[in-house]
Amino acid sequence: MTEWINAVLQGVLLGGLYALFAAGLSLIFGVMRLVNIAHGDLIVLAAFIALAVIDVTGIPALASFVVVVPAMAILGYALQRAVLNRTLGPDILPPLLVTFGLSVIIQNGLLELFTADSRRINAGAIEVASFPLAAGVNIGVLPAITFIIAVAVIGGLQLLFYRTALGRAFRATSDDREVAQLMGLDNRHIYGLAMALSLAVVAVAGILLAVRTNFDPAAGPARLIFGFEAVIIGGLGNLWGTLIGGIILGVAQTVGARIDPGWQLLAGHFAFVTVLVLRPNGLFPRMTG
Amino acid sequence: MTASAFTIERSTPASRLAMLAAMLTLVVLVLAPWWANRADLRLIGEIATYLALASLWNLLAGYAGLVSVGQQAYVGFGGYMLFALAMFGGINPLFAIPLAGVLGAIIAAPVALLVFRLQGAYFAIGTWVVAEVFRLLFSQVSALGGGSGTSLPVDLVRSIASGRDLREMLVYWATLALGAGTVIGIYALLRSRRGLALTAIRDSESAAQSLGIDIWRTKLTVYLLVAGATSMVGAIIFFQKLRISPDAAFSVNDWTAFVIFITVIGGIGTIEGPIIGTLVFFLLRELLADLGTLYLMILGLVAVLVMLKAPHGLWGLLANRLNLSLFPVGRRLKITSKE
Repeated sequence: MTEWINAVLQGVLLGGLYALFAAGLSLIFGVMRLVNIAHGDLIVLAAFIALAVIDVTGIPALASFVVVVPAMAILGYALQRAVLNRTLGPDILPPLLVTFGLSVIIQNGLLELFTADSRRINAGAIEVASFPLAAGVNIGVLPAITFIIAVAVIGGLQLLFYRTALGRAFRATSDDREVAQLMGLDNRHIYGLAMALSLAVVAVAGILLAVRTNFDPAAGPARLIFGFEAVIIGGLGNLWGTLIGGIILGVAQTVGARIDPGWQLLAGHFAFVTVLVLRPNGLFPRMTG
Repeated sequence: MTASAFTIERSTPASRLAMLAAMLTLVVLVLAPWWANRADLRLIGEIATYLALASLWNLLAGYAGLVSVGQQAYVGFGGYMLFALAMFGGINPLFAIPLAGVLGAIIAAPVALLVFRLQGAYFAIGTWVVAEVFRLLFSQVSALGGGSGTSLPVDLVRSIASGRDLREMLVYWATLALGAGTVIGIYALLRSRRGLALTAIRDSESAAQSLGIDIWRTKLTVYLLVAGATSMVGAIIFFQKLRISPDAAFSVNDWTAFVIFITVIGGIGTIEGPIIGTLVFFLLRELLADLGTLYLMILGLVAVLVMLKAPHGLWGLLANRLNLSLFPVGRRLKITSKE
């Protein structure tokens, strides 16, 4: 019995990481209706940048946030202004294909620089530390920190969206680009900021991924898919829903793995398919009106 | 009094010339076993499979607006069905190819009901999830070798034809027939009534709907057709390789990324685009093959640049400049005034 409780608990904590994968994806879709196929590869790129920074400077793993988050944010702004803004329009094909091309470029660029070897960031003693919750039920410190960071990031995004001027600009641009422009908003700049924010979240997700598990240049697409599934399960345009979506996906995976190791990913996909069949708009779709 | 008389043209001098050239090329290629060596045959076969895959993806994404990044689901499914039908059903692999196509179209129906619930770009990732599910499911089937895959038994391969040369000729012709057949089939489809509906959907979905076109049904038909044909291509790809594994069968790079790049570089939403794109793709590959992963980066970069700078692809650039159409699907009105 405790094994199952452990599996569910680990799933919940894993769900926090998936929610982080999903938050960046959801954010830019909300603001500019862009689905970034390279999202997973950008997460892996952030993990590799963190790896390189730690290798060169020798700073502790979790301190690499200080460098990687701003670096990815700047990359996001530049990418949006230089490339992605040109693809936005009524046609969904250009952004899809351009980000698909970016995905292949990032994957092969990482392969060229870091080889296909599987890597991991060593976070020290914290990696194996755990604290008991009840008899036989232990929680790892690192997964718990990951989950707390995920909740904090999503809470922060929520505040930013509904309590700040920038968030108002995001929502206005999302609701009606032309009118927002008439009100003096420069949507190219707003989109740049949204992508910067998205990649800042991606950076956090990438570092947490890298200390949690092995990664290699080809690991991106699976992260994109997990993030996407969390978004759809939770309901488009709802950040807290995305957190629940991530948790459902995480629990499905860990419980599936508990039944049979070969079923870990399949169980997650089945959870996604089930939600898609029963509630095509997700469990918590954004209220309209 | 002058009355204007008119004729409706469905072809141009350029298109008639192109048709003649295409037919001649086809004849030369059919005769290839007598003038080309084994490596050349394999290359032509590979070109034919990519031409088929790109033309099919173009029909799906360029005309029906169904931008799928999960067509590897059907390539892999078709390949596995060929192996399963041949190994467990005792069916001659050459006959198993069309059967794999039928099965692919059948399995596509429930998949379509699922992924059609997702809009636009989310549809794209949804199809990718489906392909992942297919890959994971086939890795669980131990009779087909599980995660490490399986080879087609030697006596099964021998049963097609006694000699290696004859066998390779048969496979080559089957591949060529599928490649050429796909392009011809799509051309015929687009010239038909349904094709007109598809072109209308390509240009404007809401306008097409207001003219009474059942968008959902048209898209579903195209999705099933493309899934079936893609499964046939997959069957033949892995029949050539004689070996299949989940990672090779459901590879997103091999069966979707390359195919999308080919279509985008050539020109999406035209029949000529995938043909030009396939030729450019193989030309680049032969030239840059030594660069390894750098080659893939260049390919991705070229596709991104084409999408940004020339969204209608190389063929779009050419056709606009020269007002050219080699595979005309529309009708041209020619007015001749009479006394």
